[in-house]
Amino acid sequence: MSTPFPSGPISSVSGTSVVVRGDDIDTDRIIPARFLKCVTFDALGPAAFADDRAELAGSAAGPHPFDRPAHQGASILLVNRNFGCGSSREHAPQALMRWGIRAVVGESFAEIFYGNCLALGIPCLTADHDTMLAIQEAAEADPAAPFCLEVADQTLSCGTQHWTLSLAEGPHQMLLSGQWDATGQLLAHDAELKATAARLPYLHQFQGA
Amino acid sequence: MSSGTLYDKVWDLHEVSQLPGGATQLFIGLHLIHEVTSPQAFAGLKDLGLSVRHPERTVATVDHIVPTTSQARPFADPLAEEMLATLEANCAEHGITLHGIGSGRQGIVHVIAPELGLTQPGMTVACGDSHTSTHGAFGAIAFGIGTSQVRDVLASQSLAMGKLKVRRIWVDGQLQSGVYAKDLVLHVIRTLGVKGGVGYAYEFAGPAIAALSMEERMTLCNMAIEGGARCGYVNPDQVTFDYLKGRPFAPSGAAWDQAVTWWSALASGSEAVFDDEVRFDAAAIAPTITWGITPGQGIGVDETVPTLEQTEPDERPLAEEAYRYMDLQPGAPIAGLPVDVCFIGSCTNGRLSDLQAAAAVAKGRHVAPGIKAFVVPGSEQVAAAAEAEGLDKLFVEAGFEWREPGCSMCLAMNPDRLEGRQISASSSNRNFKGRQGSASGRTLLMSPAMVAAAAINGRVSDVRTLLNA
Ligand code: SF4
Repeated sequence: MSTPFPSGPISSVSGTSVVVRGDDIDTDRIIPARFLKCVTFDALGPAAFADDRAELAGSAAGPHPFDRPAHQGASILLVNRNFGCGSSREHAPQALMRWGIRAVVGESFAEIFYGNCLALGIPCLTADHDTMLAIQEAAEADPAAPFCLEVADQTLSCGTQHWTLSLAEGPHQMLLSGQWDATGQLLAHDAELKATAARLPYLHQFQGA
Repeated sequence: MSSGTLYDKVWDLHEVSQLPGGATQLFIGLHLIHEVTSPQAFAGLKDLGLSVRHPERTVATVDHIVPTTSQARPFADPLAEEMLATLEANCAEHGITLHGIGSGRQGIVHVIAPELGLTQPGMTVACGDSHTSTHGAFGAIAFGIGTSQVRDVLASQSLAMGKLKVRRIWVDGQLQSGVYAKDLVLHVIRTLGVKGGVGYAYEFAGPAIAALSMEERMTLCNMAIEGGARCGYVNPDQVTFDYLKGRPFAPSGAAWDQAVTWWSALASGSEAVFDDEVRFDAAAIAPTITWGITPGQGIGVDETVPTLEQTEPDERPLAEEAYRYMDLQPGAPIAGLPVDVCFIGSCTNGRLSDLQAAAAVAKGRHVAPGIKAFVVPGSEQVAAAAEAEGLDKLFVEAGFEWREPGCSMCLAMNPDRLEGRQISASSSNRNFKGRQGSASGRTLLMSPAMVAAAAINGRVSDVRTLLNA
C-alpha cells in the first residue's frame, strides 16, 4: 500500500471504508495459520482474510469485501462484536495494516488484538450496536464515500453524517501524544525496573520472603 | 474494584511505574518465547539498537512448526526450518536458553514451563501466545501478548498493561466420573459466552477446583482465554506445592520453605473483594462438546444442536453460520455424528494424565475402520513418561499413531492437517473455521477421553458408556 505505516501522533484517520460484518471474527480468519510461517511480516497484506475471501469468491453472496474493487485502498475497517478474538498473533493487525487499514471501528474488540493494534498505531474505537449498524449501512450505501475518524474528539463522519465513538482514556492519550509505541516509555524507567526486580522474592532465591 | 485477591497482590508487587497514557508498567517475571511470534520481535529489537535486558528470565522452545513424524534436521519444510534456525540464532546471540528438539525438555511452551518448574506462584508470565493463561494454574498472572510486546519484554522485562477486573468462578460439588476439566471449562464458556470474560481475570475457586490436579487446573486456565478472559488462575495450595517440589527450576533447600510461605500468603484471602462472581455445580456437568465454530458453541454429549429458538437473539447469526459451516441440523443429536480424524494432544490436553485418560478408553479396543487417530504428547518429558508406562504401545495396538511432541493439528502449522471437509474430534482448544489446516475442515472440541471414545466408535460417543462397559 502506498500509505505509510503509522508514526508519531495520530489525531485522525481519513479515507474510504470497508465493512466486514459478523461477531466473533477470530484472528485465524483474519490471517490463517499457514501464513504464520514467516520470519518477517512483510508479505502478509494480500493474505488478510484469505480463507474467507476464497470461500466467498464466486459464491452467490459475492466476493468478500476485501476483494471488491470499490474497497481497494480503504483505510477504515468497520466491524461488529468481539473482533479479533482467538490467537494473540500480531500477524492479524499486521496483515490488516499491510492491506491498508489504518483504523478500526467496531462494537467491541478482543483485548490482545486491541493491544496489538495500539502497538502498531492503529486506533480501535467502539460504537454501540445501533450506531455501528448505522455506520455500516452508510458505508455500504456508498463505498466511495470518504470517512473521517477524529481520534481527539472520538467521532466518525461521512459527508453530513456524524457518529460519536468511544476510546479509553489511556489509548486516547497514547495515540494523540504519539506514545502508542510503548518501548521508549518502558525503557525510561530504568531505576524503577531495578527496584521492582530487587523486591521480587523469586528473583533472589526467596531470601527474606 | 477488586482488592485482596491474588491478582491484586501479584499485580501490585510487579508494578514498575504509571505510564503517561494511564497504563501500568508491569514487570514480567518469566518470559516464554517460541519460533512463531518471536522472530519479528528480535528484528524489532535490532532495528531499535536494543539488547535483551534479562536474558536469564526468557526461555525458548520450538513447538508450533515441528513435524511430529520425523524431526530430523533440516525439516522437510524449508519455511519451518528457517523459523527454527532463526530462533536458534536469536537465542544464541542474546544468551537465551532454548530447550530444543532432543534436549529431553522440548515441547509445547505451555507444557514445558510448568513441568520444568519454571512457572511458579506469584510470578507474572508473558508469552507471545494467547494460551499463556495456562500458567495461571499455579497462581501466576499469565497472559498472551503480541509480537510488539514480545519486543518490549525483551528490551525492558516489562509491559504496558491495563489492570483487569477479577471475576470469581466458584465451582461447588465434584465432577462425575468421565467428566474432566475440559468439560468444566467448555461448560463455563458455553454459559458465560466467548466474550463473557473480556476485561476480566478469572479466579477459579471452590471445592471442585481444589479437588483438581495441577494438570487439570492447567486445562482449565488454558481455556480461560477462549471465554474472553485474558488470564485465569487458581490460588496456590498443597496440590501446587506438591507438583512443583523437586522440579529442575523450582526452589530447593532453604529457599523451598521460604517460597512455600510466600506463595501461600498470595492466595486470595477471605477478605478478598471480587468485581463479580458466578457459581457452578460441577456435579451437573456432562461430557461437553462443541458443535459450532466458536468454543462457546458447546453442548452436553446427550443434548441436541440448539435450534434458533433456543439461541439468544444476538447469537442467532453466528448459529446460522455454524449450521452451514458444520453441516449440522438444528435440533439434531450430537452423539452418533461420524468423525474422520481424532486428535489427542495440544497445550490444553497433551499432558500425561490426558494421555492416561484416553488410554483408559482405548485399552483393549480398536479404532474404527477408516478413522485416522493420532496421539501427540505435549512434550518430550510427557512422551518419555507415557512410554515408560507403555502407553505408546497401548495406543498403537489400539490403532492410534504415536507421534513426536509439538502443537501438531491444534493449529496445523506443521504437516498434520485436516483435508477438505473432514471433521475432527479434537482435544485442542479452538474450533474456528479453518483452524485445523483445511479452510473447510470442521472441529469438535472435547476431552481426550471423549476423543478416544469417538475414535473407537467412529462417531461422537458418550465416554461414560465405554468407561462403564
Ligand atoms: S497447542 Fe495449540 S493453542 Fe497450544 S500453543 Fe500450540 S498452537 Fe497454540
